[in-house]
Amino acid sequence: MKTIVRPYGDTTGDGMTQVSFTLPIPHDKLAEGAALQLAAKMGLEPAMLVHAKQIGDGFTFFVVYGSVRHLVELDKVQVVQRDFDLLSAKEVNTIVKQRLRRKLSVVGACIGTDAHTVGIDAILNLKGIAGEKGLEYYRELKVLNMGAQVTVPELVAAARSEKADAVLVSQVVTQRDAHLHNTREMSAAFREAFPAGKRPLLIVGGPRFDEMMTQELGVDRIFGRGTTPREVASYLVHRVAREGR
Amino acid sequence: MKLNLDPLAVSRARELARRAGQPVVDMARSHTTVSVERAVLRLAGITGADTDGIPWVNRLVDQVRDDVGLGHGVALPVFHALAEFGDLTLLAQKAAAGSVRFELPQGKDATAARKLAKRAVGQGIKTIDRNRAQRDRLVKRHGDPKQRPWIYLIVATGDIHEDIPQAQAAARAGADVIAVIRSTGQSLLDYVPEGATREGFAGTYATQENFRLMRAALDESSRELGRYVRLTNYASGLCMPEIATLAGLQRLDMMLNDSMYGILFRDINPIRTFVDQRFSRQIHARAGIIINTGEDNYLTTADAVEAAHTVTVSQLLNEFFAHEAGLQDWQLGIGHAFEINPDLPESFRLELAHALLARELFPDAPLKWMPPTKHMTGDVFRGNLLDGFFNLVGTLTGQGILLVGMMTEAVVTPWLSDRDIALQNVRYVLNACGGLHEDFVPAPGGFIQQRAHTVLNEAIDLLAEIVDDTLLNAIADGTFGIMKRPANRGKGLDGVAKHEPGYYNPATEILEAR
Repeated sequence: MKTIVRPYGDTTGDGMTQVSFTLPIPHDKLAEGAALQLAAKMGLEPAMLVHAKQIGDGFTFFVVYGSVRHLVELDKVQVVQRDFDLLSAKEVNTIVKQRLRRKLSVVGACIGTDAHTVGIDAILNLKGIAGEKGLEYYRELKVLNMGAQVTVPELVAAARSEKADAVLVSQVVTQRDAHLHNTREMSAAFREAFPAGKRPLLIVGGPRFDEMMTQELGVDRIFGRGTTPREVASYLVHRVAREGR
Repeated sequence: MKLNLDPLAVSRARELARRAGQPVVDMARSHTTVSVERAVLRLAGITGADTDGIPWVNRLVDQVRDDVGLGHGVALPVFHALAEFGDLTLLAQKAAAGSVRFELPQGKDATAARKLAKRAVGQGIKTIDRNRAQRDRLVKRHGDPKQRPWIYLIVATGDIHEDIPQAQAAARAGADVIAVIRSTGQSLLDYVPEGATREGFAGTYATQENFRLMRAALDESSRELGRYVRLTNYASGLCMPEIATLAGLQRLDMMLNDSMYGILFRDINPIRTFVDQRFSRQIHARAGIIINTGEDNYLTTADAVEAAHTVTVSQLLNEFFAHEAGLQDWQLGIGHAFEINPDLPESFRLELAHALLARELFPDAPLKWMPPTKHMTGDVFRGNLLDGFFNLVGTLTGQGILLVGMMTEAVVTPWLSDRDIALQNVRYVLNACGGLHEDFVPAPGGFIQQRAHTVLNEAIDLLAEIVDDTLLNAIADGTFGIMKRPANRGKGLDGVAKHEPGYYNPATEILEAR
């Protein structure tokens, strides 16, 4: 496989890229030159200014096309690859039954002031997302979806009373890094409330998380945008049932 | 009428909504809440907060509740004690310090307290009346927007002093209505913060001072632009009656005010919500404020096709509760949304059918048309196209208020350029086919008509079930937006009290006098 690639417009290796941005200056010749200078500094050279439009009094919006001189080195890319098998619902149920000999207990919530339950509902609710059923559909999973604006103490208490094997937390609102603060607060509370080894698996999900930040946030796994219930179920089985927690 | 709806079916739907809603109204009429009582004191002129930021109205109501309970209303104990202290705010301060013991006046004392309370609250209502007249004058002077739908834009920086230039820029760019989104979590605060605020999460706190500052700024914009720019905020959450009151006192023009939103999406106790909602709607009715209902939210959790009839049911309930509270049709910004999965075949025709159904069920209401959010994926190019189709349905079906969709929905809070592109999208559609609704008549018996009839019939069936089951049980069972909310649970229940014999609320007395 090629290890070096460039963006593709209509010819291999042309490096063509499209960007748009706003500069806080009115639209005139100077502004257009400024936009091209920025494009050059971003590595777009030669660049074409294809659209410029003034917004309000002192701003101009630009669309720029150009060839980017940077190269992408695929062998140096770092991502979290899926390190577990993707299983069907039936396989998940079978493994839980054989290995755990009880239902696998999952507690989910949106914590903090975040009221966006879209993510946790997509993963947990029977209805699921994009035609894929949520975790409630899995016979061998026992699911409690606590909904929105759950406090961390409420979540810890529920995890205890439900004897949760895993706790799922969804965070959508990211203003002032609320999603990171909330997650740290949550993981610290669980570390405090449970002895090591007895703590449920902590999983957070949301569209703006960096999947590499598990250590920093004190959680076991981060799921980013586009995650499906099946991936989450497969991960749970991989960690809880197979490792015999 | 374009859908050829059966008038008997329509009147049956309304009759069922009335029967489903009436027991809830009866309940609301026989209960009060801490927030209703605090609203009464706000109307009587109490402002300000202690050094911890807890408003004096909270201090006062809490103290009265501790001394004599809430079930008689706070007006009589407070105005009875006032005879001794002379000044309401001073009384609140003394009460907070624990140096007042409230009691329920009897006989002549009660009559005197009643008279004082009514006079003080009457002053607040007079201010609301003056604001309404002032709005009428300004609309006459500057004019209404030239086009329908009115263009509704959101600002939300968290800092009122950042919001103001953004709102003025948005008005200059074409917004007819500015909504200042509230800080996430305000709905669960059991008090209204005080003063101008510069810190908020994903929005700006609703406070009386923030209301005043923004309304003054938009009055400036209205003069500059030659059209009256309206201001919107949110009468929802645990302080719904107080926020409605503050809106009336500061001449806000529209308020989000849904009968069930707080229950379903904020887990606020159903009884608390219905009691608070009725009072807040009576204030809105008096203040000439247009309410916006929140049916769009159901479709963000439930499927927009399968659950289409739950939107219709909620619209009919919202209409019933609104009329009962004294709101007129022109004040009903009944909500609905463009949330059908765009991958579904004929999704656009389904959207048209649903939007037209709302239009024809509520011909005299300025419908509030909400843009796609659930199926905005981060593909901003597709999002812009989807918003274009949303705008097209809006103009084709004569929507009254159009919340401008952002192609960066679910990506970032809108950038300056996102808002500009979104407005360009709206302007293109309104300019290219603003009059198309005149030509657009769905084929008799065709897909759109049939779909509308189906949704209406499903709504009627569901309403009949709700009547049998009672609305509170239906909410407990998860009928709306798949949320299950039993009447004995949820936040704010401890702030509800059943009326005791002799309950007195001067605001309700004045508002219901007409």
